[in-house]
Amino acid sequence: MSGPRRFDARRLAALVRKESLQAVRDPSTLLIAFVLPAVLLFLFAYAVSLDIRQVRIGVVVESPGAAAQELAAAFAATRYLDVSFAHDRREVAGRVVAGELRGFVVIPQDFEQRLARGGDQPLVQVITDGSQPNTASFVANYAQGVVMTWRTGQAATAPTPAITLEPRYWFNAELESRRALVPGAIAIIMTIIGTMLTALVVAREWERGTMEAVMSTPASVAEILVGKLLPYFALGMLSTMAAAALAIFVFDVPLRGSVAALLLLSAVFMVPALGQGLLISSLARNQFLAAQVALFSGFLPAFMLSGFLFEIDAMPAPIRAITWLVPARYFVSSLKTVFLAGDQWAVFVPDLLAMAAIGLVLFTLARRATRKNLER
Amino acid sequence: MARPAPAPSALVRLRAQVVKEMLSILRDPRSRMVVLVPPLVQLLLFSFAATLEVRNVDIAVHDQDMGRWSHELVARLDGAGFVSNVRPVTGSFQARALIDRGEVIAALEIPADFSRTIAAGGTGRVQVLVDGRRSNAGQIVVGYLTMVAADVGGEVERAGSAATAADAVPASPVAVRNWFNPNLVYQWFIVPGLAGILAFFSALMLTALSIARERELGTFDQLLVSPASTLEIIVSKSLPALAIGTVLALLMVGAGAVLFGIPFAGSFWLLLAGLVLFILSVVGIGLMVSAVSATQQQAILGAFAIGVPAVLMSGFATPVENMPVALQWLAQAIPLTHFLEIVHGSVLRATPAADLLASLWPLALIALVTLSMAVVFVRGRLQ
Repeated sequence: MSGPRRFDARRLAALVRKESLQAVRDPSTLLIAFVLPAVLLFLFAYAVSLDIRQVRIGVVVESPGAAAQELAAAFAATRYLDVSFAHDRREVAGRVVAGELRGFVVIPQDFEQRLARGGDQPLVQVITDGSQPNTASFVANYAQGVVMTWRTGQAATAPTPAITLEPRYWFNAELESRRALVPGAIAIIMTIIGTMLTALVVAREWERGTMEAVMSTPASVAEILVGKLLPYFALGMLSTMAAAALAIFVFDVPLRGSVAALLLLSAVFMVPALGQGLLISSLARNQFLAAQVALFSGFLPAFMLSGFLFEIDAMPAPIRAITWLVPARYFVSSLKTVFLAGDQWAVFVPDLLAMAAIGLVLFTLARRATRKNLER
Repeated sequence: MARPAPAPSALVRLRAQVVKEMLSILRDPRSRMVVLVPPLVQLLLFSFAATLEVRNVDIAVHDQDMGRWSHELVARLDGAGFVSNVRPVTGSFQARALIDRGEVIAALEIPADFSRTIAAGGTGRVQVLVDGRRSNAGQIVVGYLTMVAADVGGEVERAGSAATAADAVPASPVAVRNWFNPNLVYQWFIVPGLAGILAFFSALMLTALSIARERELGTFDQLLVSPASTLEIIVSKSLPALAIGTVLALLMVGAGAVLFGIPFAGSFWLLLAGLVLFILSVVGIGLMVSAVSATQQQAILGAFAIGVPAVLMSGFATPVENMPVALQWLAQAIPLTHFLEIVHGSVLRATPAADLLASLWPLALIALVTLSMAVVFVRGRLQ
């Protein structure tokens, strides 16, 4: 080592140019930066829907009475259930076991007597397929609602409820789950580009031994790393802008905040994302390992632990503690806000600080790991 | 290349190649770890994280009434299991700010005449502002709040007819029984599915890299000049992924049974048959990706670009029934969709073999198609 090397802008520009060309020439880079995001946004907009509809259930009418027929008709008339009728519960039980039906309602033989007697005896029985818990509780609640509404319609003296709630949904009055999912999907895309792609690219240099070759040139470690990361930073930002444009103009998600805030958030998120990619590649030094580690420590946590699909509040305390370490968590919260609510700096500032802090820690660790690699 | 290959020597050759492929994955202690440990850790972590329930949320209350029934409502809200804190606010501006900052998921606005209206026999109206950024959780919270309001409503009725205090509780008109999972434990649903997904990714990555790695490192040419046939190469490249994927999935289903008490109701052999067919079809996809990739990076990213959309459409996160019809058809071409049916059916519902066949034959068909296409692709690469 002949003293500290000076940071040279021209050398850096040359490095950036070389890395950019290398990135753009590989079709897999473009696949991951532009095709996959478009596919993901499309799927989050149309395929991944938390809004349940057309659940297949059976209705077993054991009672021949008119009231039972009316209730059965009430089930058939609902928007959310796809009803098939039977007269014997054995007919539908097998179809639940086979997974063809998500449950069934039994209107019992003595339904008319039960109805006349009143009291707190249940009128009908509901069997659900508990192997799909969400659908099961939907079927149970919805069936209860149908029976209650039907009974209220029956009784001439329908009691007025003592309390009613009038919900109003802010930021997403139409309650389309796609409006909440599509902004969050941008965080997933950025994680893929920032962490996954970077980890692979740098790991390849280590695996082939070309990293040492580059290191022995007059370029300093900082120049080499910045030269490697800058093109992927730019790629990530370009991909974000493309995804945001797609979200706004094609998938009809409003951007209520400013474009400047969106860009600032994305740029700051790239710091921990790139830092993680760099750290993984320096530790793994082999593409298979790097890919697996990036998948399990970057992509999957961004998917499962960021509050994008699953509520963080509902997780057990130890896992909630782990989510504090996932940079995507802060990005998802800010992305949803900038798209749906507007520029809420009270949300952005803590998120930005957290992302920057995690990024700083990751870069420090990555630097140390890179230096260690060179020393052995 | 018509060379007489006596059966024993072909078998010996195959065995040697399988051993070599196994070693190339498991020789390095770090990759041995990375193949087995992270999936198991992820299973534990994510099975707790993946829940669509709502818990530990804060609710803001702007109580302009401060009367008997508003106190009753707030007290019940405070005691409700899903609420962690009730935050009293003194103005709607403050409630709005708490929602904006994401500190509360909903804010209740109780009007000044709330208790009076109820006492007069009318309907007390409560406005609920919900954070639409969390649209799904928000809807669930509104459902919970409605139940709390109904409870208070029952209290109002009881207070009206003071004599019949105890027995006038309006019972639910339906008796619900949940088959296969009486308490609707979400882990019982998520763990078998996660086992499938993690095995899917492992098998896909391993096979996608198999040929691409040899090409990148230049050892593929050596394979070309060796006496091994295309079929032998393909078999030797698939068997390690098949073994690792199958063992991984079984380990995870076993972990689910031990840790979460998931009852294993169905037939183990049917599940194993489904699992092997599933991994085989994934192996076929992985080999195709590997054959068209020139570098490991292309193979990994290609596998990823196929794997992630496949998981999203498989019905793991949200049911296939919720999708538009065209996408439902497309979902039928994804092996994971059928495997999820099989694993849920055989682990919890003890679905009989005749019904499981409905998912097994599409899986067999997909495996046949992907593997024969893999043979074509690899053969094209060999020439």
